[in-house]
Amino acid sequence: MILEGRGLTVHYPNAAAAALAGVDAWLRAGELVAIAGPNGGGKTTLLRALLGAVTLTSGVAKVAGRPLGSVPRAELARIVAALPQREEPAFALRVAEFVQLGRYAHLGPFTPVGAKDRALVRDTLERCDAWELRDRTIDTLSGGEWQRVRVARALAQAPRALLLDEPTAALDVRHTMELLELVRDLVSGGLGALVVTHELNLAARFADRVILLAGGTVQAVGTPSEVLTESTISRVFDWPVAVTTWNGGTPQVVPLRRDEHTK
Amino acid sequence: MNRRLGLIAALVLASAILGLSLGAVSIAPGEAWRALWDPAAPYAPIIRELRLPRVLLGFLLGGTLAVSGASLQALLRNPLADPYLLGLSGGAGLGAVLAIALGAPFAWAVPAAAFVGALGAVALVYTLGRTSSGRLEPRILLLAGVVTSGFATAIMTALMVLSNAAELRNAFLWLLGGLGRASWQSLGFFVLWIPIPLAMLFTAARSLDLLALGEETAGYLGAEVERVKRRVVISTALLTAAAVAAAGMIGFVGLVVPHAVRRLFGPLHGRLLPLAFAVGGALLVGADAIARVVVRPIELPVGVVTALIGVPVFAVLLRREIR
Repeated sequence: MILEGRGLTVHYPNAAAAALAGVDAWLRAGELVAIAGPNGGGKTTLLRALLGAVTLTSGVAKVAGRPLGSVPRAELARIVAALPQREEPAFALRVAEFVQLGRYAHLGPFTPVGAKDRALVRDTLERCDAWELRDRTIDTLSGGEWQRVRVARALAQAPRALLLDEPTAALDVRHTMELLELVRDLVSGGLGALVVTHELNLAARFADRVILLAGGTVQAVGTPSEVLTESTISRVFDWPVAVTTWNGGTPQVVPLRRDEHTK
Repeated sequence: MNRRLGLIAALVLASAILGLSLGAVSIAPGEAWRALWDPAAPYAPIIRELRLPRVLLGFLLGGTLAVSGASLQALLRNPLADPYLLGLSGGAGLGAVLAIALGAPFAWAVPAAAFVGALGAVALVYTLGRTSSGRLEPRILLLAGVVTSGFATAIMTALMVLSNAAELRNAFLWLLGGLGRASWQSLGFFVLWIPIPLAMLFTAARSLDLLALGEETAGYLGAEVERVKRRVVISTALLTAAAVAAAGMIGFVGLVVPHAVRRLFGPLHGRLLPLAFAVGGALLVGADAIARVVVRPIELPVGVVTALIGVPVFAVLLRREIR
C-alpha cells in the first residue's frame, strides 16, 4: 500500500459543510485509480488530503505505512509525485531545467546535479515524447506539450506513485489518449496512479478502480462496471444518463437530452 | 556561457578601477594600484582611507541588495518585487526622520534609527501576513508591505512639515542613498552582519527554484514551503535593513539586477544568486563612481544614479517581456 487514507475529514475555515467527510481511499502499486464526481464534490481535496497538503479535521493519512506528519516533504516527494491542476511558474525556465527540478528531492542542497540525474531527465523526457522540447522555454509550450513536460518532471522524481489532478482537462483527443496511454504503461511497469478526472468514459476505459465522490463522501467505489451504472451516475450527477458498453464490456456513459428522458 | 561569465568578471574589475580612480581628485589606475600596496605612495591616504573602503562597501551593498531582490521575487512570485517592498522603505524613513526630530546626533543615531524602523516595519508586515494557522501568505505580505510603508511615510511627512530642523534636508539626502559616509568602520559593521543571512539565502537556492513554481507544486517537489518563506523574509529583512543603515535607500539595484541576470543566465537560483551578487556589486560601485564626478565637486546621491541607469534598463526589459 503506497497511500492510505482512513476517515479523511477536511473542514475548510469559514465553510459551512465539510469538504471531505469520512472518506477512505487507498492506492496500491500497479493500479490506476480514478477519482470522479461532480464539481465541488471533494476530488481535489481528497488528493490534497492524501498528500498532507490540507489540515485534516480528523482521520489518518499514511504513505508507505507511515503517518504523513512524520514524513519530511523531500522524502514524500521521492515516494509520490503529484501534479496539481494548475501551475503558473513565475519565471521562464528551459524544459530541461524544469524537469531537472524533479531531481531536487533526491539531492542535498549542495549536491551538484550529476550525470545520472541528467540521464534520468533525458530518459523521462523521451518517455513523454518531449525530448525535442528540451531547449524551449516553458512559456512557449502548447497545452499538450506543457502537460507532457510536467509528467516528465513528475517521473524524474522516480516516484512509486503518480497523482494527477485533471491532467487532460485542457487537452484534445489525441493528447488526452497519449497521456493516459503513457500513464497506463507506467502502471503496467509497477507504478501506482491516482487520477482525478471529469471524464467518466475515460475513467471507464483506463482505470482499475473508480472512486465516485460527491458532497465530500464516497458515493460508490469499485471497478468501472460496478460504479458506472445508470442509477448511480444519474443520482450522483443529478442528471439522467444511459450506460452502454464498448468493446464487449467497458461501460460508457451517455448523458441524455431533455426530450430523451421525458419520453 | 563562459564568455558571459568573463563579461561579468570584466564588469567587476572595471567597476573597481573606476571606483578607485574617479572622484574629487582623479587618480590614474596605475597610481591607484601603487597606492594600494605602498603607504608612502602619493595618493595613499585617499585610496586607502576613503576610496578602498568605499568601493568594498559599495560592492557588498550592491550584491546584498541584488540577492535580496532576487530572493523576494521568487518568494512573492513577482518579478517586480524589490528589497524594500515589505515595509522597509517607509519604516527606515520614519526611523531616520524621527531620530532627527528628536535631536539625536546624526552620525550614528540616524542609521541606527533607520535600521530599527526598517526591521520594525517588516515585523509588522510579517505579523499582518500570517494566517491564523501560522502560514505566510505572499499576496497579503505584499499588500501589508505597501500599506505599512504608506502609513510610515505619512507620519514621516507630517514630522518633516512640523519640524523645521535644517538637518531634515540632510536626512532626506541620506535616505536617497549614498556611500559618502563609507569608512573602514561602517564596512566592518556590514561585513560582520551579512554572512549569516546571506548564507541563509544562498543555501535556499534550490528551494527558491521550487517556490517560484507556486507553493503547492513546491511542496510536492520536496520543499518545506513555510520554513523557506520564513527564512527568506527574515534574511532579506536583516540584509536590507543593514544596507539602509550603511548607505540609505539605494533603489533599483535589487529590482533590475536580478532581471538582467535572469535574462542572461536563466532563472535557476544556484547560478542567479551568486551572479546577481557580482553584477549588483559592480553596478553600485560603478554608479557611485559616476555619482562622484558628473557634477563635481557636488556628489549626487548614488540612488539617483542607479535610478537614472536602472529605470531605462528596466523599461526595456519590461517592454520585451510584454511583447
